[in-house]
Amino acid sequence: MVELAAYAGLKSAWCPGCGNFGILAALNRALVSLGIGPRSVLMVSGIGQAGKTPHYTRGNVFNSLHGRALPVAIGAKIANPGLVVIAMGGDGDGYGEGLNHFLNAVRRNHDITYLVHNNQVYGLTKGQASPTSDAGFVTKTTPHGADIPLSPLALALAADATFVARGFAGDIDHLSDLIAQGIRHKGFALIDILQPCVSFNHRNTYAWYRERVYKLSETDYDGRIKLAAFAKAQEWGDRIPIGVLFKGERPTYEERLPALKIGPLVSRKLSAGNAQKLLTEFM
Amino acid sequence: MSLNIMVGGEAGQGVQSVGFLLARAFARGGYHVFADQDYESRVRGGHNFYRVRAEANEVGAIRETVDILIALNEESIRLHEDEVAADGVIIFDAGASKSVHEEERFFPLPLEKLSEESGGGKLMVNTVALGASLGVIGYDPGIIETVVHTHFGGGEVAGENARAVRAGYKYAQENSAGRLNRRLAPLESERRMLLNGNEAIALGAIAAGCTFMAAYPMTPASSIMEYLAGKADECGMVVVQPEDEISAIHMVIGAAFAGARAMTATSGGGFCLMVEGLGLAGMTETPIVVVEGQRAGPAIGLPTRTEQSDLGFVIHAAHGEFPRAVLAPASIEDAFWLTVKAFNLAEAFQVPVILLTDQHLASSYGTVRAFDLSKVTIDRGLLHADSPESNGYRRHRFTLSGVSARAFPLQSRALVITDSDEHDEEGHLTEDADTRTAMMLKRLRKIEGLRDRIGPPRIYGSDGAQTTLVGWGSTYGALKEAVDILQKEGEGVNLLHFSQLWPFPADAVFDLLRDSKRIFVVENNATGQLAQLIRMETGIQATGSILKFDGRPMTAAWIVEGLKEKSSG
Repeated sequence: MVELAAYAGLKSAWCPGCGNFGILAALNRALVSLGIGPRSVLMVSGIGQAGKTPHYTRGNVFNSLHGRALPVAIGAKIANPGLVVIAMGGDGDGYGEGLNHFLNAVRRNHDITYLVHNNQVYGLTKGQASPTSDAGFVTKTTPHGADIPLSPLALALAADATFVARGFAGDIDHLSDLIAQGIRHKGFALIDILQPCVSFNHRNTYAWYRERVYKLSETDYDGRIKLAAFAKAQEWGDRIPIGVLFKGERPTYEERLPALKIGPLVSRKLSAGNAQKLLTEFM
Repeated sequence: MSLNIMVGGEAGQGVQSVGFLLARAFARGGYHVFADQDYESRVRGGHNFYRVRAEANEVGAIRETVDILIALNEESIRLHEDEVAADGVIIFDAGASKSVHEEERFFPLPLEKLSEESGGGKLMVNTVALGASLGVIGYDPGIIETVVHTHFGGGEVAGENARAVRAGYKYAQENSAGRLNRRLAPLESERRMLLNGNEAIALGAIAAGCTFMAAYPMTPASSIMEYLAGKADECGMVVVQPEDEISAIHMVIGAAFAGARAMTATSGGGFCLMVEGLGLAGMTETPIVVVEGQRAGPAIGLPTRTEQSDLGFVIHAAHGEFPRAVLAPASIEDAFWLTVKAFNLAEAFQVPVILLTDQHLASSYGTVRAFDLSKVTIDRGLLHADSPESNGYRRHRFTLSGVSARAFPLQSRALVITDSDEHDEEGHLTEDADTRTAMMLKRLRKIEGLRDRIGPPRIYGSDGAQTTLVGWGSTYGALKEAVDILQKEGEGVNLLHFSQLWPFPADAVFDLLRDSKRIFVVENNATGQLAQLIRMETGIQATGSILKFDGRPMTAAWIVEGLKEKSSG
């Protein structure tokens, strides 16, 4: 039995009212609901306010560079598939600097869960436009307004994702359930999380989201049909769907590795003996 | 007894397979072999050549003067006839050549006709020529057939090629009379390995217990990855080809953090992309091994050619200050042992270790005694001892040596925490000035321990020589041979050669060089990077530098010539 107290971490440096608090609470609750203790968890984060999240809960932690959460998470998962690996970062981190890693991690279907704290703005560097800022969003670096945003959900689907979901930091119960589903999912699970930034994004606020979000689970939407999911991923504006857009099945990268069938890399007894037979092939 | 054969032709004509088969045949016959490849960045056409040097004594470099040239096209004759010795032989197809070659060296053969008669159409012209070259020197046909059968894996193709080799051999035996009066008989010796620098690195990694590799293909490093990927299932290893070099180095960091011995391999251009990861490994004290196979730069440079121009780069790469080690193998054998050492240094000091090679070492083949695996040690460094009290585990605990015990996630009760931000002993980010200062000093203290494990430069030749040649990395074989030549000519010359470069063994180098009268640093770069490093670390200014940066490897003759020019000038 894992208690919520097991996940008490350091005091955060986030602004009061930050959407990250909702995400942190939902993450902790998801892990408790699944009975997973901190020792089994490896959280790998990037840089940005979201990247600090692992310090404010408990577990094994690798706080990586900006955009580089996913490759570190993937290496660790391969070395020890027994770990519950959760990668996390912001929209700039994952969809800007780390986009190439994101698309390829989706494609290869590594068995990790990726939480993107998507506040549509750069928080840590104080208010510049991000790859998901709404078109026309004016900031100090985009005085003529931001370009058209990219759609992470549509991109993930295009890369043959097996789990694509969107949550809202203002609905902790719903988000916690999504994260739990993502962790249980065998394969790469993307959870894009709408996260209000109370300091630098005065457009996409809690109130703005609350007026617009609706739960797919309360409609007759079927999350098993990829083309329907692709259409749903385009929906943005007056109504914004949250929940699981798509769930499919495909062998994970780790399952397909013959070398892992004899156990995790971390447990290997290292010896030079493996090379003996190979030497003779050169003689 | 000594022989130097060159095979020249277009990409796609089978230059490489003939060169490799010749190298194998001489190695099997007990000769020491050194073979290198010169190729262009293209799959078909262009001009490629392969040089195979067989010697009764140890050999570690190529030689210019060619005894037998196998010219698979007319262009190869035009480009290389001047390199062929006066008593040498040029083997070419009598039917295909439009020029008149009357000189005694030219040995026309009906290569195409013999290929067709052997049942392989025109495809086996190269194999016929291989047979002919060995016929000229009367080499043991049994050895050649064994090598051909092994190479082509038996069956129909092997049979056809064996017939083609026999046809060329027989024709040469009957018609080459008077040319190249040299017979090579097999030597009595132990069976040696024949492999290239990259294969030695790959074998070193397997022997060292490396279980994870991630890399992005780039000449000249790709064949390390290709070899390991081919053996991965058999060795219980995982080899990943990710989207780019940035991903590769970060995957390696993740795998190492989780407890695997992990490496990547690239060239200078790929290493440029990896640099931020190098700093991350330094900051998070994650042990990783990075092979940097240099090629001529900057930018794409000469993609298939050699250079030693990244020494300063790898020593200083990444912002901020952190410990690292740089090893630069001098030979194929060195490549194996320094790879093992790279993994041990990385884990003992929890630092990134760079194995700095180059295109010449990566793709040159040589014979070496089989590696004695009983001499391989695996040092995983200080590991966390688990106990019920280990709740207080601190990944980055302050210690005198600077090395803190490593724990791996889920392998003990400890929670393992680290951060690319400056962090406290537990691994949580902090901006506290005192903690920052203490943590920097802790990391930097590891340099002293590392320096103690860095071997001094090799010395070759007589003590107290008038002139000391200095070099590093893959030029060792050529430099050694240059010293031999100069000593025979009565010059007082010796060699100081580095294969372990960083942390720089400054005290040892100062002691070795302070009484030297004339110091010439020989490097495959344009700015004399080792000479700069020696001056920076010891205050000793070399007399001069002998530099080559045309993308081609050095030879002993070139070095001797260069030194003579410096001496007279």
